[in-house]
Amino acid sequence: MSPWNFFLDHRSEIFSATLDHLTLVVIAMAFAIAIAVPLGMLIVQHRHLRAIALGVASVFQTIPSLALFGFLIPIPFIGGIGRRTAIVALVLYALLPILRNTYVGLTGIDPAILEAAEAMGMTSTQILLRVRLPLALSIILAGIRTATVITIGVATIAAAIGAGGLGTFIFRGVAMVNDSVILAGAVPAALLAIFADLLLGLLERRLKVA
Amino acid sequence: MNAKLAAPSDVAIEFRGVHYHINDIPDRAIVSNISLTISRGETLVLLGRSGSGKTTLLRLINRMLVPSQGQVLVQGRATTGYDPIRLRRSIGYVIQEAGLFPHFTVAENVGLVPTLENWDASRIAARVEELLLLVGLDPAQFATRRPRELSGGQRQRVGVARALAADPPILLMDEPFGALDPVTRAELQREFSALARRLNKTIVFVTHDVREALLLGSRIALLHAGQLVALAPPQDFLRLDHPEVHAFTASLAASNGVSP
Repeated sequence: MSPWNFFLDHRSEIFSATLDHLTLVVIAMAFAIAIAVPLGMLIVQHRHLRAIALGVASVFQTIPSLALFGFLIPIPFIGGIGRRTAIVALVLYALLPILRNTYVGLTGIDPAILEAAEAMGMTSTQILLRVRLPLALSIILAGIRTATVITIGVATIAAAIGAGGLGTFIFRGVAMVNDSVILAGAVPAALLAIFADLLLGLLERRLKVA
Repeated sequence: MNAKLAAPSDVAIEFRGVHYHINDIPDRAIVSNISLTISRGETLVLLGRSGSGKTTLLRLINRMLVPSQGQVLVQGRATTGYDPIRLRRSIGYVIQEAGLFPHFTVAENVGLVPTLENWDASRIAARVEELLLLVGLDPAQFATRRPRELSGGQRQRVGVARALAADPPILLMDEPFGALDPVTRAELQREFSALARRLNKTIVFVTHDVREALLLGSRIALLHAGQLVALAPPQDFLRLDHPEVHAFTASLAASNGVSP
């Protein structure tokens, strides 16, 4: 059977797997952003936390994704088989690009601007929220964009621990030695990644200042 | 423009035996033994080479820095006795390259301190318009622009307008015209000199350009290696007998052939 025919025959199944995939990614990204952006803001002002936070996030990034999923299974509460474990792993993966870009964006601001802000009598909270954050937004978004593309790819492996998504087709196709089945998972995953990249790239350019 | 003899109530800023060194290195003072009185309404120029401590003195006035020894008094009270945020909002500050916020419009930049002080919107708008006119920018044309849409000279005008927004009695200026081309610089210096006379503010102006110091200062304080080495009105300054004054006089003579 040609990939195209397989795709047509299984389109509703593929569509629902794509939705599952997207749900995994969106939930994981929401958590990752909610953790990494405030953490990035925190480490700008607390030097001693900086090395620890960036170091721990880097370590997660170095663990091969399949192994990370495996490590999480025996851990109580967050582990086990299924979607919850997959989301935890995806969040850990997405942290570093967002955290690093938040930190770099917030600290890479023209010193003259920060000097002026301080001299005008802005408090450090006002400087963070009204100067650093708006000026760092496009760089933070670039980190979110990178993390999203990574997460869409890594989420295909989540099928290995029973989290569903487009990886289901890929694993099934590998087991069946059937390219059509592999492509039914791989092509929608690639398209998702491309669309997410384009969309976030567009947003990033709109938020860019100066 | 001549410095008046300062009666106590005429003093805007006073340095009393001020030393400043970075945290743990007391033997490497950035400024030392500075005693200096700045009268209300005068334009005091701090002249010196790079690294002579001029900017440090400026930052001691609005409590961006705190003296390691001695006191800096603003309106008769030590800076350490002020809330730093309140103190800074009552002192205008202009720096080289202006330091405008690129994500704010010209109007938002100029209205920054009034906004922080929670003025109502119509009062801010009126003040912004008044200030843009004061610094020679047409509000209709410039208010909604972003800093990147301005020339260097226009940015610096906006920087001056922003510093004047809340009508502070004191204005600190750190080489405000240093990054401009010579023609624009001369233009802004002339206009600013007229503006300063009209506004009757106490101005402390940092520069390494002796010509600018002679043009704008009611008195010139010369700094060398963190020490105050000379203090005189411009008409007497060039006659002072100090090696550092000679060095600056020589630089003036050397540049005479080529400048406007």
